[in-house]
Amino acid sequence: MKFNRILGAGLFATASLLPMFAQAADDTIKVGVLHSLSGTMAISETTLKDTVLMMVDDINKKGGLLGKKVEAVVVDPASNWPLFAEKAQELLEKEKVAAVFGCWTSVSRKSVLPVFEKMNGLLFYPVQYEGEESSRNVFYTGAAPNQQAIPAVDYLMSKDGGEVKRWVLAGTDYVYPRTTNKILEAYLKSKGVKAEDIMINYTPFGHSDWQTIVADIKKFGAAGKKTAVVSTINGDANVPFYKELANQGIKADQIPVVAFSVGEEELAGIDTKNLVGHLAAWNYFQSVKSPENTAFIKQWQTFIKNPKRVTNDPMEATYIGFKMWTQAVSQAGTTNVDAVRQAMYGQKVKNLTGGTAVMNTNHHLSKPVFIGEIQADGQLQTVWKTKDVIKADAWSPFIPESAKLTADWTYPWVCGNCTEPKFK
Amino acid sequence: MKMLKLVLALLALILVTPAHAADDDFVLRVHALNGESYSDKIEAAEALAALGDGRAAPVLEALADGRLGITPDGTVLIEQDGVYLDPLSGQAVQATGFDAITVNNRVRGVARGAAARLALFSPDVEARRAAMESIMAAGSDDAAEMVRTALAKETDSGIKTMMAATLANLDLVSTDPARRLAAINTLSDSNDPQIRSRLENLLESETDPAVKQAADKMLSGMTFRLGLIDFGANLFQGLSLGSVLLLAAIGLAVTFGVMGVINMAHGEMIMLGAYTAYAVQQFFRAALPPDLIDFYLVAALPAAFLVTALVGIALERGVIRFLYGRPLETMLATWGISLVLQQVVRQIFGATNMEVANPAWMTGGWELAGGFTLTYNRVVIIFFCLAVLGGLAALLRYSSFGLSMRAVTQNRPMASAMGIPTGRVDALTFGLGSGIAGIAGVALSQIGNVSPNLGQGYIVDSFMVVVFGGVGSLWGTLVGALSLGLVNKFLEPYAGAMLGKILVLVFIILFIQKRPRGLFALKGRSVES
Amino acid sequence: MLSEKTFWTGFTVLGLLFLVVLPILNLAVPEGSALHLPNYMITLIGKYLCYAILAMAMNLVWGYCGVLSLGHGAFFALGGYAMGMYMMRAIGDRGVYGNADLPDFMVFLNWKELPWFWMGFDHFAFALIMVMVVPGILAFVFGWLAFRSRINGVYLSIVTQAMTYALMLAFFRNEMGFGGNNGLTDFKDILGFDLTQSSTKMGLYLLSAIMVGATFLLVRFVAASKLGRVMMAVRDAESRVRFLGYSVTGVKLFGFTLSAILAGIAGALYVPQVGIINPSEFSPANSIEIAIWVAVGGRGTLLGPLLGAFAVNGAKTWLTGAAPELWLFALGALFIIVTLALPKGLVGLWSTLRSKAKEKAQ
Repeated sequence: MKFNRILGAGLFATASLLPMFAQAADDTIKVGVLHSLSGTMAISETTLKDTVLMMVDDINKKGGLLGKKVEAVVVDPASNWPLFAEKAQELLEKEKVAAVFGCWTSVSRKSVLPVFEKMNGLLFYPVQYEGEESSRNVFYTGAAPNQQAIPAVDYLMSKDGGEVKRWVLAGTDYVYPRTTNKILEAYLKSKGVKAEDIMINYTPFGHSDWQTIVADIKKFGAAGKKTAVVSTINGDANVPFYKELANQGIKADQIPVVAFSVGEEELAGIDTKNLVGHLAAWNYFQSVKSPENTAFIKQWQTFIKNPKRVTNDPMEATYIGFKMWTQAVSQAGTTNVDAVRQAMYGQKVKNLTGGTAVMNTNHHLSKPVFIGEIQADGQLQTVWKTKDVIKADAWSPFIPESAKLTADWTYPWVCGNCTEPKFK
Repeated sequence: MKMLKLVLALLALILVTPAHAADDDFVLRVHALNGESYSDKIEAAEALAALGDGRAAPVLEALADGRLGITPDGTVLIEQDGVYLDPLSGQAVQATGFDAITVNNRVRGVARGAAARLALFSPDVEARRAAMESIMAAGSDDAAEMVRTALAKETDSGIKTMMAATLANLDLVSTDPARRLAAINTLSDSNDPQIRSRLENLLESETDPAVKQAADKMLSGMTFRLGLIDFGANLFQGLSLGSVLLLAAIGLAVTFGVMGVINMAHGEMIMLGAYTAYAVQQFFRAALPPDLIDFYLVAALPAAFLVTALVGIALERGVIRFLYGRPLETMLATWGISLVLQQVVRQIFGATNMEVANPAWMTGGWELAGGFTLTYNRVVIIFFCLAVLGGLAALLRYSSFGLSMRAVTQNRPMASAMGIPTGRVDALTFGLGSGIAGIAGVALSQIGNVSPNLGQGYIVDSFMVVVFGGVGSLWGTLVGALSLGLVNKFLEPYAGAMLGKILVLVFIILFIQKRPRGLFALKGRSVES
Repeated sequence: MLSEKTFWTGFTVLGLLFLVVLPILNLAVPEGSALHLPNYMITLIGKYLCYAILAMAMNLVWGYCGVLSLGHGAFFALGGYAMGMYMMRAIGDRGVYGNADLPDFMVFLNWKELPWFWMGFDHFAFALIMVMVVPGILAFVFGWLAFRSRINGVYLSIVTQAMTYALMLAFFRNEMGFGGNNGLTDFKDILGFDLTQSSTKMGLYLLSAIMVGATFLLVRFVAASKLGRVMMAVRDAESRVRFLGYSVTGVKLFGFTLSAILAGIAGALYVPQVGIINPSEFSPANSIEIAIWVAVGGRGTLLGPLLGAFAVNGAKTWLTGAAPELWLFALGALFIIVTLALPKGLVGLWSTLRSKAKEKAQ
């Protein structure tokens, strides 16, 4: 029976994977990489896995950490949220990793959070997110809403941005757009924008038919007031959205679209010739010229063996997170989580775009904010940037329930969501 | 700094080219476009336009398009199709170190508006028409004087109407009731939503009874017409969504409908087709002359058909033929295949989205009335899917392969006894279904993203279409897909995208209870199939 | 068929293994020892046990009744949501916004009061009933409509798939009041036991193991009963059974509903162990996977689903760590090979091997 042979081959193939299980020697420091390599999120997360591998490679070339080699343990949580928790536990308990770099979606972070808190692990989370969280065991190196959304809206309301008076808040129906839009709605109203000049629209994940919504945006924009779209549309749905936008003839100088989830990597999948002038707000653009950035881009393109590969904001966040962790470990002289956490506060790393990122005691970064316009080559050209770094708010002052909360993990607060210090 | 630059440029001009004073001024003002801040640039653009010099229009357009740049020695040049032009003479010049002048939306808007105003006096009718169109689209009031002057000189009646409408639009807010009334009369058959909102604003504060009455009448007429346009737009959007569903489902109508094979890897066949389109596009970009790029889709269609048909035949021969008569097992095995295919693509092309550009003839759309745009890519896809369906129906009906295919599906043992090579027919049928999925992938790459997960998004929908329409009936697939598309799009404005989709699914589930064999059930005598 | 005696011996051995040996290896054997079973393994096996219940439920309706439901993930998730809602209520004012009346996500979405369908979930007993009632009623109504209209075979599979897909989209909506994409999370305790404690985890694990045993016996009992015989007859020749005067609709409906209730229980045990329930559990892919566990283990056998759930998920756990880039190839290949070469699954392979060995011996 020939199937038996196939079966045999299959068994052999699986058996040959066994050596990959080999135990690492004691003279290495292990870091976990918890990014989806398959499933719906692989599209964004594989890049970050490669970024961590590049950083590990880099530090090993420079002699390692505390005299030991750094070893990356890569697992695939397959865009499956319970699997994220399972893999996190495996990394912490079985592999005994010193820190984990991972997660993209908020739900994956929420899923692993109890594991990290129970096992006292350390997670570096590199993606812009909705805020409203501060865990003792997580360092958030992506932007909070006040480092992305609010500066972008400010820019559009300014003279240079076109003095926008009417707003479409369009997003995918999940927690990040919901929070961002909630904050923005409160913020816009505080700036005197009337309720009838704000249109909020939510669409499902992976929404592919944007005809109706783009037509609605067009109608909404025909009221004689300058209109802009604030897009928190997620990942996959952006390509058909922008294609429809371009084909229905919505030009950036009439109705600009500013996006918080569209960076160089997403643009690489879209023909941007007809999208020139639409905007994005991030803490990093590949086009920003600085010696650090040039070196980083070169290092990345060499590592990935593709001279056209782009860099993006979450990669910089991963870079900063990894650098900060290595500096904190060197200073603490140990990978012990409690010691490293203490050493993280006030830790400084030079941004790739100039200036210095600082880790605050609320476990979030101070970073600069850039607003860029999409160019025909898929890059983002800076049209506005903050003069200084902006400190991330873990709890937004524009949401009444969270305005009263404070995140500060140093004495006397030692708390992620308290209204008063734990120690007085 | 700004002054210094100007002085330097001026000096250079005096030293190198002793030219006419008007030319000097023109060059100076072109130079000023490379200002420090966006406000400087805007000021410079307005100053340049104020010269009323026809040569300024291409400069301002180039500025808006990001094609205006400056060389290290301080010469401002226009880049056009890889050639550098001198703004003054319009002659091609050699240049190195060309660095585009950065602009933002605001500069772009001002530059475009200024260029359009200049073009109003162009001797070319088409240029004037385009200028008027862009002025109307921008909807700004600052072009009024220019338009008024241009109207006096205008000869073309079409452009005259556009100009009159633009001016009337402004007169809606005039303080003189007679002018307001005249404006309403001029605009009475307009379908522009922008005018409607101005009219609504007018009505809120209108005191003159005659104007009020005219405005009321115009508004109700306009609302009625815009309602009709909305209905038409919904119809088109529904047809377009239906055509997308149809494309995704036709291949399945063959493999599932005709052969009865539940192919969970059907979505991956679509995905492979889309990736073939990407590969063909990259080949065209890299190896063929640039003016052929617009035709890459023509080459991508047969390529995608071939690739996916071959993969399909390989699957049929390698896996599926061992599972005939066990539909549920087939489903599980093809699910395994779909996982493998996704990962193969991920390994070869990477996990990120691939960029597949619309060719020029599929970019943009017809601006129809009332802000409704008929986008070219969707129109092409509607016709394309009908062509595919028609071709398939003809193949089944008239070709000898179609005859054997129908024979095998209707009565396998009998067909075999009549000498039809059933195995080969099976393989070819499966190849045909997969190939059609492949060309569907090429079409879908034009409206959506190309990623390894592409197929997953279509699989549930395509099964719904086939089951709803009636398994085995191409006609049913057509009606099923189009009606689902229409229902979805007519629900969306009321229920929202998400709830609309849920309602459609619930509707299908309930419909299947009523007609378990779908809209167009094949009549047969078997109790169980 | 196994003899009564061998069956009970096997059952006892397995029971001892899961209920006594594994806990001892975890609790009593010191950490450094090679035999020590780390805590994460207990959670992991607990999770597999829930999958095993789900697979047995699936087997009841597919293996014995011939109804391939591709919507069983929905029943599992509904059970999970019911349990999750209880645990959400149990958080009380310990949420990040400190609101005792509303869960965090409702505070956040500006909800003013608890929606009616959350009423009662403060009580564990009510939640426990809902864990079974909600999937049960959905299955009953859906099954009644479908079986009455004689929707069978692949049509039923596709319609059930549509059902779970529609539910997934519905639960993704934040307006639904089930936490949208993030689902329910941040659980603190269950019946007063702290969920982060190892002892609670051990308790949940033991409960799952006992539930697996009970489901196993229940399925065995049903399969051996007269009703079970009719079920299998429906599977093999539906029309004949109908013509003999049996109510095919009734039999199928019984199997489908019972199976849905079991799936709901599995979900309820699963959620406290993984700490999150969200709409992706409704995704059609998850439901297909359940069918695959059963197929891999061997459909229509008692032990098959148990074996399949452990084998496939074990392979997944191992390969996503050991070969993160390639594991989908291995998993995909496994499905293809099993359907092609092992139509009766792993259980079938074992009996084939055994009969071959017997032949050789003779």
